[in-house]
Amino acid sequence: MADGSSVPAFRRGVKFRFDTVRGAWVLLAPEKLFMPDEIAVEILKLVDGARTIDAIVEDLAARFDAPRDEIAADVVAALEDLSTRGAVAL
Amino acid sequence: MSIPPPMGLIAELTHRCPLQCAYCSNPLQMDAPKSELSTADWLRVLDEAAAIGVLQVHFSGGEPMARRDLPQLVGHANKAGLYTNIITSGVLLTDEAMATLLDAGIDHIQLSFQDSTAEGGDRIGGYRGGHAKKLEAARRIREAGLPLTANFVIHRQNIERVEDMIALGETLGAERMEIAHTQYYGWALLNRNALLPSRDQLDFVNGVVDAARRRLQGRIAIDYVVPDYYAARPKACMGGWGNRFINISPSGKALPCHAAETLPGFTFASVRDWTLAEIWTGSDAFARFRGTDWMPETCRSCDRREIDWGGCRCQALAIAGDAALTDPACYRSPDHHLMDEAIAAAADHSALDLVPRRLQQAAHD
Repeated sequence: MADGSSVPAFRRGVKFRFDTVRGAWVLLAPEKLFMPDEIAVEILKLVDGARTIDAIVEDLAARFDAPRDEIAADVVAALEDLSTRGAVAL
Repeated sequence: MSIPPPMGLIAELTHRCPLQCAYCSNPLQMDAPKSELSTADWLRVLDEAAAIGVLQVHFSGGEPMARRDLPQLVGHANKAGLYTNIITSGVLLTDEAMATLLDAGIDHIQLSFQDSTAEGGDRIGGYRGGHAKKLEAARRIREAGLPLTANFVIHRQNIERVEDMIALGETLGAERMEIAHTQYYGWALLNRNALLPSRDQLDFVNGVVDAARRRLQGRIAIDYVVPDYYAARPKACMGGWGNRFINISPSGKALPCHAAETLPGFTFASVRDWTLAEIWTGSDAFARFRGTDWMPETCRSCDRREIDWGGCRCQALAIAGDAALTDPACYRSPDHHLMDEAIAAAADHSALDLVPRRLQQAAHD
């Protein structure tokens, strides 16, 4: 389980980039490909292997008009899902 | 209706391979070395792929490392923004080859294993010392700092060692494992009676994989799919026909799936004559089974029609005799009983002799 002090990072071989053909962010991984939704894109833009989950939540809470707890739940759920699927290490 | 861009390009660079696995997914009639696309052709195809929205390129074969220009193609794809993946047996992955591919910007390597043991692996691959070379290849991949997918192909002749295979994958430091039931196309279909596992074997491997997935969760992802013959529902073959992938054969034919050349009544456009954009949006072959309009009533009335996409066209042809039918892997297919009959036929078949994959023999047929 991830907690606030966990530092998410993309696993080896994972690339997060903007695709100009689709006009969308894509997450490219070994033999896998994810099309993250708008919320996940904002989270993944802050994944740099240095920020903690708490820091990511703080950043998003300062920019988006939503309760901090709700944002925290979204962040943990999105990152745990990508961890299970092998794209992110927590 | 606008056609969404393809996600992946499967570049079958060559049908040449040092191994002779009797379950190879290549067609029985393989492309001769002299018919292979040139380096310049492939460079152009990679540019065209990136331009129409392909995100990942999977260099495959045969053995893709049998092409000397592989590092050049990887480098070119990388510069075009494509995620590069090599699907290899690993027996040609020397220190020098690894260094060259790393320089070219390779993103990921999938390494296939035929068994957990040298004896079993070398027998299936028909290549003495092959298994040992694969272990070395795995070490080189990890030392290069690349992610490793270890792919274990299982069938009735090695399935009892599946726990050892998973343990080997852990020891090698794989990030992902594929416990891949043989897919019964091409050479595997020819050898099906000697490869198809029994129900008991299947139950055993299902249990082993379940336990391993729980134990390794968050560390090593295990991809595993029950083989079609024991499934209640078909797999979404290629993620839907003409929906996600373009497969280019060694001689340059653009195929909706790697086995599509078995389908009668098709003319597959060559990348020598047409651009990928023209082939993807304008060719009859890619349009034929795209979407849901082509479907028989069994599929059309099913709420999973855009999940399964009717399953596999090549299997519908091979088992039920018509590529436009519902995949007989589906329990709703009127031909579903043919899958049970194939299981029974394999169970009655005690001989384990295999017809090894051979390029020359097939080319002369």
